[in-house]
Amino acid sequence: MTGLSNGASALNKVKFTKLFINGEFVDSVSGKTFETIDPRTGDVIARISEGDKEDIDIAVKAARHAFDFGPWPRMSGAARGKILLKWVELIEEHAEELATLDAIDAGKLYHMCKNVEVPSAANTLRYYAGAADKIHGEVLKMSREFHAYTLLEPVGVVGHITPWNFPNTMFYIKVAPSLAAGCTMVIKPAEQTPLSALYNAHLAKLAGIPDGVLNVVTGFGPTAGAALSSHMDVDKVSFTGSTQTGREIMQAAAKSNLKQVSLELGGKSPLIIFDDADVDKAAELALIGILYNKGEVCVASSRVFVQEGIYDEFEKKLVEKAKAWVVGDPFDPKVQQGPQVDKEQFEKVLSYIEHGKREGATLLTGGKTVGNKGYFIEPTIFSDIKDEMIIAQDEIFGPVMALKKFKTIEEAIKSANNTKYGLAAGIVTKNLDTANTVSRSIRAGTIWINCYFAFGDDVPFGGYKMSGFGKDHGLEALHKYLQVKSVVTPLYNSPWL
Amino acid sequence: MAAISNGHEASSFNIPPIKFTKLFINGQFVHSISGKEFETVDPRTEEVMTKIAEGGKEDIDVAVKAARVAFDDGPWPRMPGAERARIMMKWADLIDQNVEEIAALETIDGGKLYHYCKAFEIPAAASTLRYYAGAADKIHGEVLKASRELHAYTLLEPIGVVGHIIPWNFPTTMFLAKVSPALAAGCTMVLKPAEQTPLSALFYAHLSKLAGIPDGVLNVVPGFGPTAGAAISSHMDIDKVSFTGSTEVGREIMRAAANSNLKPVSLELGGKSPLIVFDDADVDKAAELALLGILFNKGEICVAGSRVLVQEGIYDEFEKKLVEKAKAWVVGDPFDPKVQQGPQVDKKQFEKILSYIEHGKREGATLLTGGKSVGNKGYYIEPTIFSNVKEDMIIVQDEIFGPVMALMKFKSIEDAIKSANNTKYGLASGIVTKSLDTANTVSRSIRAGIVWINCYFAFGNDIPYGGYKMSGFGRDFGLEALHKYLQVKSVVTPIYNSPWL
Repeated sequence: MTGLSNGASALNKVKFTKLFINGEFVDSVSGKTFETIDPRTGDVIARISEGDKEDIDIAVKAARHAFDFGPWPRMSGAARGKILLKWVELIEEHAEELATLDAIDAGKLYHMCKNVEVPSAANTLRYYAGAADKIHGEVLKMSREFHAYTLLEPVGVVGHITPWNFPNTMFYIKVAPSLAAGCTMVIKPAEQTPLSALYNAHLAKLAGIPDGVLNVVTGFGPTAGAALSSHMDVDKVSFTGSTQTGREIMQAAAKSNLKQVSLELGGKSPLIIFDDADVDKAAELALIGILYNKGEVCVASSRVFVQEGIYDEFEKKLVEKAKAWVVGDPFDPKVQQGPQVDKEQFEKVLSYIEHGKREGATLLTGGKTVGNKGYFIEPTIFSDIKDEMIIAQDEIFGPVMALKKFKTIEEAIKSANNTKYGLAAGIVTKNLDTANTVSRSIRAGTIWINCYFAFGDDVPFGGYKMSGFGKDHGLEALHKYLQVKSVVTPLYNSPWL
Repeated sequence: MAAISNGHEASSFNIPPIKFTKLFINGQFVHSISGKEFETVDPRTEEVMTKIAEGGKEDIDVAVKAARVAFDDGPWPRMPGAERARIMMKWADLIDQNVEEIAALETIDGGKLYHYCKAFEIPAAASTLRYYAGAADKIHGEVLKASRELHAYTLLEPIGVVGHIIPWNFPTTMFLAKVSPALAAGCTMVLKPAEQTPLSALFYAHLSKLAGIPDGVLNVVPGFGPTAGAAISSHMDIDKVSFTGSTEVGREIMRAAANSNLKPVSLELGGKSPLIVFDDADVDKAAELALLGILFNKGEICVAGSRVLVQEGIYDEFEKKLVEKAKAWVVGDPFDPKVQQGPQVDKKQFEKILSYIEHGKREGATLLTGGKSVGNKGYYIEPTIFSNVKEDMIIVQDEIFGPVMALMKFKSIEDAIKSANNTKYGLASGIVTKSLDTANTVSRSIRAGIVWINCYFAFGNDIPYGGYKMSGFGRDFGLEALHKYLQVKSVVTPIYNSPWL
């Protein structure tokens, strides 16, 4: 494993550690702070203000005032778009800082963040900036003499609860459409990764987002997160995270003011590789599918089904490639996989690996930790999987693949759907009919054919079944932050109906 | 006191026998597994009409299994939309052919006006079925605009097995408004009608079979909320629940969904909708609109204009006309064509409304007219109007769901907007004015899902309808409603050498 680079300069990038409410960085009401840890070393990076219910109340009041009386919803969409575009420029100017923050906070690959993720997040913001002045209601087709139309109105004050695996990306995919729609918001980023959210709030202010429109309250789920989901004056909560927390949020919403929720939850996404696939490319795709972002992706292809005709060759190439995979310091451009985000995740993944061994799956490669400092785990592949095994049903959220052989297309579809989740799926085949049949038959929200992780700003993304409901990306996502109002008036002497 | 009809024309009406009283599962009428039954009562007379099979958790399980097989393996989702449409159109024709029998069932089950059901509500519901039948072959995904060499599109797929839980105030309208878009989308379903009004749902189920809806696609399980309803909302194999009813039950359904399989829910809940009458209104017409707004369907309508805000310039004249008209309103047997208001749906609602009227008196509001029950049999209540109300009074904040209006005076347009929005609900609202600017400003400013300008209850098949705030989320009617029963799947493939992007 490669050595750790000098982290001192990285720590200089940590400028913002307090709550961002109503345009100012402020301490939490209680004065409490919490540590954020560098998963490369287990060391404390900084102490961050810990927001709780009282801080959420203040933030929601600011957001409510900004919505009910402030300029943001009253501006034209084009004017909102302009401010968002200014913000995009600032993101691009500060890409290095943002990438550094995610690397030290979450163990993400620095170069990936700087060259791919942060620019993508900026593009997402551009996309919605461009959509802000193109939000259309409809004039309806009446069967009596009435003039009727729908208005797509901003839903109001939104609560965003974002996860730790893609802090910058998640921040922008939630914030961008809700701002474009004219909403105001309170964001509670994951406690593991508060740094880039606070930096982004700072950039928002520089860009000209009015005070109170965007508030960031760092803190924990059971306190700040729960306060947001049960707040009587928040109109909508948008959440990405675990299925268990998703349940709690929906319950809190139901108990409080019946606010709308959208949930993007876990996955156990299947990648199905047919006999006609290019075996080498397929093996590479499968490996990236589970090792990208150290397996901490909700759409990770954690179950790989390979048709029997190519199975042996595939398994051989897969294991070769896995053994050559470079695990180490995420600042090192040669490294392909950084540490897991924190100790809790690290231990959870290792415990699933033990389950796999006990359940009788075959450990083809990996299974152990790397080094004696930080949270690094080897790429791990189990074969001879049965659908009911825990490692085939539970979302592990780490670099652990379950590999299985299949015979027929029907068998593949059946196994693919044998999960409570339904987030994504991949199909590798050259055959048009196979691609069409299987894409219709898998119950999942995104199907990647001969590719994986192919996201796009215009491509809606979200789950089926217990992977949740509601979409991020695309014009679809705007609808989460809009409400439909129907307006109806009688008409007289209209020359047509 | 409101006028009462003498009931002669009603008593000579020939009420048809009740033919369907069992659960409809997998194309058959069957007893409940437990054998239990419950009574359904005629609110005109307080008498038991018949016993209905009472579905419980085990019956819901059987129904969901049937719906699941029908979805996963049956013909319904696999048919083209146009074929689903033909069957739905046939069903609409059968409804038209049986309109009198169904209208009679609604009258004895829910106290609804017979002639209104026959001439308007049931034909309108049949037109809703036809509307969605016509939409079934026009459900479009989109091809997306990729910023890299990818071909990407969305598929709008039927979500699967749907649970519908419908209320007792508009049994026909609710049945068809829920079932039609779900069927058009290709879903299968289990519907639990309100225990107060199971009769028309079972009749519709019978007609659906005659029309050719395949077995298992549409299942109807009468029963109670805490048993059959709860079993639906917490079922691990139902993909979506669509509910119309009280806010309290809406909460329980959302919690049960969260506790079980995180199924998406849509909720259409209560309302305390404001009708705002400006100085430039025609006072006579406005008073009529306001009265209809609270007395239509005996006030048992979620969008009832239960708060009436009148600008001070016309207030006195308005109040005078309103009370005159209220006193002339005819309350009586709903089979009588002269009657404008039938009985409340059951004893519980009847007592709840009377208790709210007592609250109003105790809170110090002025009782302008009404306030008492009518006759000594059945659940009839006089049209009741309170004035001099304060916004924090219970009768101004709570949904009463009966013929009780809270009348208020206002000064400026800003006052009206503020009062209108001073509610946890956000279902509907009405504005009466000739001024274009007033209409535009106020319609943008009221936080409610429907704004009626110079009209009220103006529904249409193409108009989406649903709440803001604690009136719920999700829309019925319009193409919007289809989205409740569809899921968006994105399909993405790399492309090579495309001449454009």
